[in-house]
Amino acid sequence: MQRAENPSQARGGGGLFPQARKASRNSMIAAAVISVFLLLLPVPQMLSEAGIVRLPIRFDQAFINAAADTACFTLLALGLNIVVGYAGLLDLGYAAFFAIGTYTYAILASSFFDLHVPFWIMLFVSGLVTALFGVAFGAPTLRLRGDYLAIVTLGFGEIVPIFILNLDQLTAGTNGISGVDKPAIGPVIIGANNDNISFYYLGLALIVLIVFFINRLRDSRLGRAWMAIREDELAAATMGINTTTTKLWAFGLGAALSGFAGTFYGAHLGFASPQQFNFSQSVLILCMVILGGMGNLWGVMLGAAVIYLLQTVVLIQLPTWLGNLGKSTNLDFLISFNENVRLTDYTFFIYGIILVLFMLFRPEGLIASRRRKLELHPESEKISDQERQDLYDVRETNQTDTDVRGSQP
Amino acid sequence: MDLPSLAELLQQIINGVSRGSVYALIALGYTMVYGIIELINFAHGDIFMLGAFTALTFVAVFGVDSRNPALHDPVALISVLLITFIFTMLVTGLLGVVIERFAYRPLRNAPKLAPLISALGVSYILQNIGQVWKGPSNITFPDIIPETFIRIPIGEQFLIIRWKAVIIFTISIMFMVLLTLFVQRTKLGKAMRATAQDQTTAQLMGININRTIALTFFIGAALAGAGAILYGMFIKGVQFTVGFAIGLKAFTAAVLGGIGNIPGAMLGGFIIGMVEAMSDTFLETRWTQAVVFGVLILILVFRPSGLLGQRVAEKV
Repeated sequence: MQRAENPSQARGGGGLFPQARKASRNSMIAAAVISVFLLLLPVPQMLSEAGIVRLPIRFDQAFINAAADTACFTLLALGLNIVVGYAGLLDLGYAAFFAIGTYTYAILASSFFDLHVPFWIMLFVSGLVTALFGVAFGAPTLRLRGDYLAIVTLGFGEIVPIFILNLDQLTAGTNGISGVDKPAIGPVIIGANNDNISFYYLGLALIVLIVFFINRLRDSRLGRAWMAIREDELAAATMGINTTTTKLWAFGLGAALSGFAGTFYGAHLGFASPQQFNFSQSVLILCMVILGGMGNLWGVMLGAAVIYLLQTVVLIQLPTWLGNLGKSTNLDFLISFNENVRLTDYTFFIYGIILVLFMLFRPEGLIASRRRKLELHPESEKISDQERQDLYDVRETNQTDTDVRGSQP
Repeated sequence: MDLPSLAELLQQIINGVSRGSVYALIALGYTMVYGIIELINFAHGDIFMLGAFTALTFVAVFGVDSRNPALHDPVALISVLLITFIFTMLVTGLLGVVIERFAYRPLRNAPKLAPLISALGVSYILQNIGQVWKGPSNITFPDIIPETFIRIPIGEQFLIIRWKAVIIFTISIMFMVLLTLFVQRTKLGKAMRATAQDQTTAQLMGININRTIALTFFIGAALAGAGAILYGMFIKGVQFTVGFAIGLKAFTAAVLGGIGNIPGAMLGGFIIGMVEAMSDTFLETRWTQAVVFGVLILILVFRPSGLLGQRVAEKV
């Protein structure tokens, strides 16, 4: 029984990325191109810093800084994807776990209490702490229905920042904790002198590890149980899945990932402040998952990159870019656009539009998970109606059967 | 901690009730929408916020202010108030209908998460509209009714009641009575209750469910508009983020009373207002939010059906 449970193993050899093995050659090439691109992304900056080349466009620190933060939010989106995408539980307070992760690192690895636990140990400690919070919070609440659960998590997401703000002996209240330690490998400190490039690579390495882990997890017994619960909780329970434990695993693992991300975030920023973890942060992460594609790893990562870069680079720089374009082409309306419009004022609007339009027209996101797509599209209603009709027909024809087991097709 | 005197306690109860009557009006919108299509309408709080801004604009355009000598005549004052209410409620009501038509109706048969996420998106859009419209800072609502007090001596101290509090309480109770009569006694109210019970069967009985659901959204959103004017009169400061905070409190009130249950929402509103007032006095103000959300979590965990709601099995 155990053997046959994992289909990819049954067909001989798991491989690094079972999904990629099944996928076409083209997408493998695409994945390779993207990996090379991501690895080489900081190279222009390195070269220009070393004075080897002069770049036509200014590749300043801020760009790689944003890329390193994108890595952090990718980790968060991957974590939320376990909860929302795999297990189908809407968590609107995910930023609370992120906050707990960041503060765990900031408290135990800064000059605030003069504790300096190494980053690599803290990565696991924060993960464990957030997972414990996730389980402790999830245990009483996960039996609630989907929409109630969303509200309870929202309440939790509101309460945690209030506690962080008010427990000033532990968290320094509104001031936040500054001087958070940077990670170190032996004597070498990563990110010393605002070196964002090494942080970027650290983030990439963490993502690769986590993606490998989640990818294996998805095809495991637990992963399939999550999807079964997402599709039909009652049916899953009937099949012998312990729904409470399974959901708790999703909640705990999702929270643990935000602990990883929080540690990375705290180390990168060198600072933890209660303002960073409000409701809009939870919605931002949710937006990433929805835009990219709930339940699809590649989609979620794409969503995280698109949304984070949209927020930190495009919305801020676009008016300037357009203004420069206007100056060089003498188009007055582009120049006045730059002078009059602050696109950052419309960030919420853009997130809102993304959420609504994607729910209306493409609920499966940019890169769809095949199973999720079937569930989310109203056409699948026809399929389920058909199935129900078939079941009904079977029952009709087996009416004379007195033995219940006999009615199995 | 010193024990509060009777006067202090009564004072807080009165403060709580007047604040709670606004929550109750907003909670009605949550509860009605949930009752009929089982959707938590996240955008409801932001409709409330836009209602406050609409009223603010309207009042500013017509120069309504208690210092305006033309308004010292009670007939003029009442008619101005009436027009402000009607206009604001129409605007928010129509906004509710439009949102339902474009963001929720297409998702009526989709999995439950889809309309919830869509509602969240609408809430964000409305918040941004509010931000662009009135700017990010706190805006002061002009005094429509002059600020006067009633003083009742209790022992050595005085119990101070704002006249406004009395008016707000009266107006919200009036709306609640009207709503209850509408739902219980009219044909449209009957259609609403039927749709809430079973959409398919209601349709078979000749009820136009699309129109009934749109009507529910209209009434709920209009009540949020009314609540917004009362809030503006009472609390005075309005900001574009107010919808989220007040909306969540009103939702807590709706859940506390038993979501889908109209008298429950009113009861819940008063209780939450009182919990807030008590927490402000006996704890510190900075913990009040946490206390309200704590109440929300505890109720959902231990008695999700609320105080007046009936325990219903989940539809499979």
